[in-house]
Amino acid sequence: MLTCRLIACFDVLEGRVTKAQQFENNIDVAPAEDLARELYEEQIDEIIFYDITASVERRPIDLDTVRRVARQVFVPFTVGGGIRSVADMFAVLKAGAEKISIDSMAVREPDLIRQGAQEFGRQCVVLSTQVRNVGRRAGIPSGYEVFIDGAREATGLDAIDWVKRGEELGAGEIVVNSIDRDGTASGYDLEITRAVADAVSVPIIASGGAGTVEHIAQGFSTGGAQGAIISSILYSPRLESQGLKNLGVEEMKIDLADRGIEVRPFFNSGLH
Amino acid sequence: MIGVIDYRAGNAPSVGYALERLGVDYRLVANGDELSQCDRIILPGVGAAAATIDSLKSAGLLEPLTKSVRDEKTPMLGICVGLQILLEHSEEGDVAGLGWIPGNVKQFTGPLRVPQIGWNSVKVVRPHPLVEGFPDAGYCYFVNSYFATPSNPDHVIATTSYGEDFCSIMAHENIVATQFHAEKSGEVGLSLLTNFSTWNPESMSS
Repeated sequence: MLTCRLIACFDVLEGRVTKAQQFENNIDVAPAEDLARELYEEQIDEIIFYDITASVERRPIDLDTVRRVARQVFVPFTVGGGIRSVADMFAVLKAGAEKISIDSMAVREPDLIRQGAQEFGRQCVVLSTQVRNVGRRAGIPSGYEVFIDGAREATGLDAIDWVKRGEELGAGEIVVNSIDRDGTASGYDLEITRAVADAVSVPIIASGGAGTVEHIAQGFSTGGAQGAIISSILYSPRLESQGLKNLGVEEMKIDLADRGIEVRPFFNSGLH
Repeated sequence: MIGVIDYRAGNAPSVGYALERLGVDYRLVANGDELSQCDRIILPGVGAAAATIDSLKSAGLLEPLTKSVRDEKTPMLGICVGLQILLEHSEEGDVAGLGWIPGNVKQFTGPLRVPQIGWNSVKVVRPHPLVEGFPDAGYCYFVNSYFATPSNPDHVIATTSYGEDFCSIMAHENIVATQFHAEKSGEVGLSLLTNFSTWNPESMSS
């Protein structure tokens, strides 16, 4: 049976993983390659890497860090940030990523989704979306609007309309990233996660807000997601001040299994 | 020396990093001359079947690959689309495959989300040196919308369930192939690459 995925999210700034709150006030965590090695050994299911300032600074992605991380992880590795063209996608894949995440650039140039899917297959193209609950109104029937550029710019796009269009254009997975919940450890926005899961037939990844194992379980069950992005719960130095604690991958998986969520069991290899 | 075929639609670098980690000698291979210097071949794959075959053709790799695998019986490991193109026909784009293993490639139908993306259990149904030491229901990473249906059940080494049971490891003579990404399936997947690096098809009785 296909299992629910725990996906560690790296917000990378100058080769180091940082942790933001609602897309601001990033604090330093660790060098990306060190954290990648540690999480691989803990048997994380997947890693997603965002070069968080590449898009805003209009510069190419930090391929050197991508390569250094790719050498440490023998689980799927998705990379995003600053990808503007098929040539950029090609460079990231050849640096060792399996999948490409596009976000702000896909809003500016939706055809990039189609081009990426055509060139590398739709399984390669992850559409990440930054969404905020703005209330139902004209043009935003779902009540959730898409934002870009690190949640700085509103687009006027309805989140549900956008993900449907993204799927039609060729996105193979969709990340639903709640700006309101990002770094708050208050749980995923289950309403929009479920609405997206119901609107498209490709796999959905919940993102933004996981602070406890219960939140992750809710993302899979109530939210209908196939993957859960976690970062605060793994390594945010702020978590303690929020009355919570950082957890390891194995203890989270044991807890999730106890709650009836199918996860990849911990494998005691002794092979290497 | 393992040759990892590096063509436009492939993820050869990821396979290379995995071999590097295992301490196995390899080189990325982009043309026929380089291929002729290798005594094992890995054909990685991402993307669509037709694009993969076209990509091999335009790099001038298809002919030397065929000679090496079919005539010289060089051990070969196909991964993901590198498995699917080994069969005779694929529903993906309604295209002919290489036809090195009898059977077809079909699309998942049914209520589950497609592509299948994630970790699924692989159940060995037939012994093979590639799966020596493989755990009971080892979990591996899949990304696929299509799956192989080899005509001869003897060619099915392992199966996986996604709505229906499908062939997740396939083998025939000097060719083995995994539908999942062995290079991205953690220590379980790496164990298969280790086994492949020392596999001698000629020592097998059947």
